[in-house]
Amino acid sequence: MTEHAHAEAGALLPWLPLTLVVLITVCYLLAAGWQRQLGNGWSPWRSAFFILGSLLLAKALAPPVMAWAHHDLYGHMALHLVMGMLAPLAWVLAAPVTLLLRTLPQAASRRVASLLKSLPVRVVSHPLSALTLNIGGMYLLYLTPLYAVSLHNALVHYWVHLHFLLAGYLFCWAILAGPDPSPHRLSLRFRLGVLFLSMATHALLGKLMYGYHWPRGTGHSVEEIQAAAQLMYYGGDLAEVLLAVALLVMWLRTPHSRREPLWPKLIERRAP
Amino acid sequence: MAGIDEIVFHQLLQWHHFFDHATPTIGIVSDGLLHAAELLAIVIGAFLLIDLAQHRKLAAHWAWSGFFLGMGGFQFFDGIVSHKLLRIHQIRYEVNLFYYDLTWNLSALALLMVGVWLYRRARQLDRG
Repeated sequence: MTEHAHAEAGALLPWLPLTLVVLITVCYLLAAGWQRQLGNGWSPWRSAFFILGSLLLAKALAPPVMAWAHHDLYGHMALHLVMGMLAPLAWVLAAPVTLLLRTLPQAASRRVASLLKSLPVRVVSHPLSALTLNIGGMYLLYLTPLYAVSLHNALVHYWVHLHFLLAGYLFCWAILAGPDPSPHRLSLRFRLGVLFLSMATHALLGKLMYGYHWPRGTGHSVEEIQAAAQLMYYGGDLAEVLLAVALLVMWLRTPHSRREPLWPKLIERRAP
Repeated sequence: MAGIDEIVFHQLLQWHHFFDHATPTIGIVSDGLLHAAELLAIVIGAFLLIDLAQHRKLAAHWAWSGFFLGMGGFQFFDGIVSHKLLRIHQIRYEVNLFYYDLTWNLSALALLMVGVWLYRRARQLDRG
């Protein structure tokens, strides 16, 4: 009997992340609908971005896809791209924290706001620490035996994927510094610089994996590793270019007078 | 005068292109850096153009001349310096390269000439 229950729980466990995503999405949409009803309004674009992110995540977390990603490194890399880069970008653009702050009762909202200003959040949400967590985590995963461990240890496996998602979200938020309010006031050029570092180190990691056949000790063939590394290289480009485009679109949307100069020389010449 | 920056910028953009397909070899740190710079340069360049246009400061004729000068200049640089002088890489392997090189460099010259013509026209427009 207990064995049977155990087996059932085991069969249900792979569906847990997917269920969480669905729950979170329903909460977001309910809150957005409530804001609109109250007359505060909530941009349908933001809701659309959230749904897009959730769909991407749901696709990645579906047990058949997870199983594919588990035994095929190419699948793992595709999953990694979606979970760690594309879905978090869509979610960040949906401004979920702003929605949360508006929806919660005042006292709770204040607590969340002060949590966002707290030292730990300030530290991890700095672009440089987010970069380290994000890309550093990847170097650690693919260039050490950690990846091989994650294939056999379910806990490590789940943790790795959660880390992708959280670090990816943190990085996108740190670079964009919006639409959710950021605790840092960093210049656009600094953030573009960090994005540049991220692109470079990401591309380098892809090439290291391609050339030196990492991750090792996993039984993957060289061809499989190279295909995965190429996907990482080009897919990473795509995701990071999308992030740059999002950042610059947000920059263009600020009115002329408050727009931060990107190219100081141009601005000097512009001044009459 | 904003157009001058456009020229510099587009040359920069095309310059990075050269490195993009020049190094399929693996494991070079500089390659990653240049690759990132080239991608970001393209995106930022496009947005700088939009920004200038919104400020009504975009000197379109200068920008176009810069665009062609940049493309031609680096096509030519790539064709002569890196293909022939440094021999970093070739357009194709195990075929007679002469016609490939000829086409490559002639198209570079054609782009350069379009750029020079546009540059002169831009100067005339600014004077007139």
